[in-house]
Amino acid sequence: MKEELQAIQQEALAKVEEVNDLKELQATKVNYLGKKGSLTQVLRGMGKLSPEERPVIGEIANQVRETITNAIEEKNTILENAALEEKLQAEAIDVTLPGRPVKVGGPHLLTKVIEEIEDLFIGMGYEVREGPEVETDYFNFEALNLPKDHPARDMQDSFYLTNELLLRTHTSPVQARTMQEFKGEKGFKMICPGKVYRRDTDDATHSHQFTQIEGLYVDKDVKMSDLKGVLNVFAKKMFGEDRRIRLRPSFFPFTEPSVEMDISCKVCDGKGCSVCKGTGWIEILGAGMVHPNVLEMGGYDPKEYSGFAFGMGPERIAMLKYGVNDIRQFYLNDSRFLKQFHQA
Amino acid sequence: MLVSLNWLKEYVDIDGISPEELAEKVTKSGIEVDNVEYIAEESSNVVIGHVKSCEKHPNADKLNLCQVDVGEETLQIICGAPNVRQGQKVAVAKPGAVLPGNFKIKRAKLRGVESNGMICSLSELGFSEKHIPKEFAEGIFVFPEDAPVGENVQPILNATDAILEFDLTPNRADCLSMLGVAYEVGALLDKPVKLPSEEIKASNEKAEDYISVKVESEELNPYYGAFVIKDVEIKPSPLWMQNYLLAAGIRPINNVVDITNYVLLEYGQPLHAFDYDRLNSKEIVVRTAKQDEKIVTLDDVERTLTAENLVITNGQVPVALAGVMGGANSEVTSKTKNILLEAAFFNSISVRKTVKATGLRSESSTRFEKGIDPNRVKRAGLRACHLLEQYAAGTVLDGVVEFDVLDRTEKKVEMDTKTINARLGTEIDSDEIATILERLQFDYERNDENFVVSAPTRRGDITIFEDMLEEVARIYGYDNLPYTLPTGAGTAGGLTKNQTLRRAVKNYLEGVGLMETRTYSLTSEAYIQKLVSQEIKDLNPQPISLAMPMSEDHKYLRLSILPELLKTLSYNLARNQANLAYYEIGSIFITDEKELTKQPHEQLRLSGAVTGKWLEHLWQQENKKVDFYVVKGIVEGLFEHLELPLAVEQAQLPDMHPGRTASLLLHDKVIGFIGQLHPLLEKEMDLKETYVFDINMEAVLEAHEHVPSYTQIPRYPSVTRDIAFILDEKVNAGDVKATIEEIGAPLVKQVQVFDLYKGENLPEGKKSVAYSLLYQDPEKTLVDEEVEKSYQSIIEAVNEKHQAYVRS
Repeated sequence: MKEELQAIQQEALAKVEEVNDLKELQATKVNYLGKKGSLTQVLRGMGKLSPEERPVIGEIANQVRETITNAIEEKNTILENAALEEKLQAEAIDVTLPGRPVKVGGPHLLTKVIEEIEDLFIGMGYEVREGPEVETDYFNFEALNLPKDHPARDMQDSFYLTNELLLRTHTSPVQARTMQEFKGEKGFKMICPGKVYRRDTDDATHSHQFTQIEGLYVDKDVKMSDLKGVLNVFAKKMFGEDRRIRLRPSFFPFTEPSVEMDISCKVCDGKGCSVCKGTGWIEILGAGMVHPNVLEMGGYDPKEYSGFAFGMGPERIAMLKYGVNDIRQFYLNDSRFLKQFHQA
Repeated sequence: MLVSLNWLKEYVDIDGISPEELAEKVTKSGIEVDNVEYIAEESSNVVIGHVKSCEKHPNADKLNLCQVDVGEETLQIICGAPNVRQGQKVAVAKPGAVLPGNFKIKRAKLRGVESNGMICSLSELGFSEKHIPKEFAEGIFVFPEDAPVGENVQPILNATDAILEFDLTPNRADCLSMLGVAYEVGALLDKPVKLPSEEIKASNEKAEDYISVKVESEELNPYYGAFVIKDVEIKPSPLWMQNYLLAAGIRPINNVVDITNYVLLEYGQPLHAFDYDRLNSKEIVVRTAKQDEKIVTLDDVERTLTAENLVITNGQVPVALAGVMGGANSEVTSKTKNILLEAAFFNSISVRKTVKATGLRSESSTRFEKGIDPNRVKRAGLRACHLLEQYAAGTVLDGVVEFDVLDRTEKKVEMDTKTINARLGTEIDSDEIATILERLQFDYERNDENFVVSAPTRRGDITIFEDMLEEVARIYGYDNLPYTLPTGAGTAGGLTKNQTLRRAVKNYLEGVGLMETRTYSLTSEAYIQKLVSQEIKDLNPQPISLAMPMSEDHKYLRLSILPELLKTLSYNLARNQANLAYYEIGSIFITDEKELTKQPHEQLRLSGAVTGKWLEHLWQQENKKVDFYVVKGIVEGLFEHLELPLAVEQAQLPDMHPGRTASLLLHDKVIGFIGQLHPLLEKEMDLKETYVFDINMEAVLEAHEHVPSYTQIPRYPSVTRDIAFILDEKVNAGDVKATIEEIGAPLVKQVQVFDLYKGENLPEGKKSVAYSLLYQDPEKTLVDEEVEKSYQSIIEAVNEKHQAYVRS
């Protein structure tokens, strides 16, 4: 009987070795280990054995069963893996086909620039304030030291609605409104972004509507060197650490002394090229120390308080920073233009 | 202001500094120099020659054979210029000369005849067109008879001059004169200023015997000086004067006119010369014009005046518009013998009004408008008389006949070293400040650290301490100011709640696929009433128009963002950009006043417009066209994002699709609309199928009060039940949903539509809508019976209310 068992084992192992698919393996398992399998058949003859032989043969039989079972399981794993592998191979896809598109929009370039400037000044303790686009003559001009008949009013031909109301020509009225709100009682820092309007014919460098950001800092002991320091920080953060600034005296009715700020030309680094018209410098913004008349009209005592103000055009900054060469692009909303600035 | 550097050299020493360096210095000190221009390019070996003879070339009709004396020799030159004549003084490029463009002059033979040089036109000498006098534009330049033969032409033609273009800010009217520029440059270079001669020969005759002056409006004309010059000889002014005028952009006319213009530029003081004999009277009366009084000005235009205009009269009729332009009736002509020269101070506002009314702006009016130096008025008259003696052979009569109530006092400004340094952040010492004042040629009294500055009247812009602060700072140099950062009390800074929320809304919209746009606030008459939301219309808004629009396209303040936004869509469509999803946040302007007396209400609105395919380039499935529900989904998502309840109701609006438009409601108030544009409007605006939304952002931002807090996540499992109802087509899916929610409460937490079916297997006029119901009890695990009971009652209620039955 021992020989018989060993023969079965040998035969079974050979068969398992030979088998190449799961169905056949299953059949093989039944053939040997099933109720009617050959091993079972042999074991049925155990009863004819002597009590001494029975445990010996029993153990051998168990070993044979285990060996065959292991072999089948092992083969089963191999075949299963092979089958899975085959299935996965069949499932292969073209990974170079594009992914399912996701609809993503984005901000307008001017918004991007404005928010960058807002965040920069928020970091230096400035509040963001806003004001109406339809302004009174008083806030747009008079409170800013531009009385009626002031020649500087010619500098900014305006869209009047009535004799007293106009589309604001700059965001400076928000300065006057803020000072009056604080009633000369405390120092403050603020910037005010917004839309402004001027009587200009739209062309590559003019737009009847554009944006402005003004900043104002009023406190005791504000110095002109503070203005220079703040503008320097702004210029470096906005245009790059290697940019230098230059201040030139200028004139605005609402500041005295007044300042025009240039930054060194990025293209030639100040040597002079066609971009900076050979000067090495590019004009960025106007600024100055708040005129005492403006402080006074805002309720601040110019003997006690001083301040600085600055104003810049996000369009101009965007044009310089991103090389946009026509201001009308900002208002045409050509999707091919808008998309260019949606990247992070 | 165009500043000729050769001319400037008459008053201040600028040797040793290049035009570009000077331009840079001036720019850095506060006057932007926009341009440095050279009158002519370099040329060499070009001298003045005297044309001894001029005959026709034997072999060529259009050429002349000239013998030209150039000093050391006489050259035979062939010249093709039509205007060459015997006896002329001309510019001769001798053999070996190099003209601009590296054009070398050599001996040559022209049609068999030798030619030893070239007679030049100014353009051949490299003069740009605007520096060439008109009469010599088409030929060679002819010098005055007294031009020295053999001399280099360059200095005589002022060819080497450089012109700086000063872009003056309104406060620096002082630099509208060469003397003003000289003071400025002198201060920058630390050089003194040489003043020109105002000397006049004595005369036996008195001006007052020829003229009297009466001013009726002394406020508008505080000074009027009349000079009388007899026996002038009208002829061209000297070449150097013509050259300087050309350099400054003024065309030479004759000696008398040129001298008034020359002094205008030199002193910044406008002058006017009348033909004394044509005045037909011995008096000058300055008064305001009578209503509808007329004058023909020098440009031969008849002007009708009002009481706003100040006029100079001969006692009867106007002979000049004060400060703006002379009258044709008293104009200096080639026959003029005797001159009345006016040097006056006219009120700037009065001149500006006349300029505005007549549209006449001149070199004179510009200076009056910006303010002239009261101390230079009379002196300019004297200077002109001096030049008229010299270059017009005139006899200046004794005395100035004048009316004079002009204030010439200098403004006193107090300042001190400590305050200056405190304001600038510098450590300038008192001696240095004194040096700066001396460079500026400002008089001052000093007591240690305290100064009292007398601001010269030429600098009318200096009236207060801060003005002096700027003067000190700019001469000290803005470059020399230190960099500091504010040390004052720190402020927190930041965005308001409203601003933060607006950024969140923008981020949401951009995240779900919309692109931000910026359109114009001004729109056209055709669009002002279009696509205005119902709740705005209910306010009876009146269109707000510009008083003086520049174009019909931008005339009214918008009542809706949509029309201009749709225009940008159409712009893109015309450029093959067909799939667009745009939004804009901006103000509309609302008033119910027909005549605006106060600021309109500026309401912040959010508008969007979407057209074409929502997603492009889908290879896996059909490209999805935008429809109502795409846009609705965006709006619903926004309100969910803001935790605000949104209600949507079918609505009708002009210019919108009658069946695909809805009102948006927040807390039972209409706050906007959503829907498809009416196909007729789409056609009119060259659009394809387009869906829009328009929302009162102000109301949304105000309503928002969400403070995020944690809600316990349910510990017990939820149960989902799906149910499909067959409904009449007219029944709104949303109404059924509302019934389910009402009956299902509190166990039904969420009801979602997940399928809509029409067609086969359904009766005509019916549709099937499938809902997914989410059951949840926060307190315990649900039991089947509870769910089943609720489910059945929902079916009953829907059946009863909407005549709907369950689809099996």
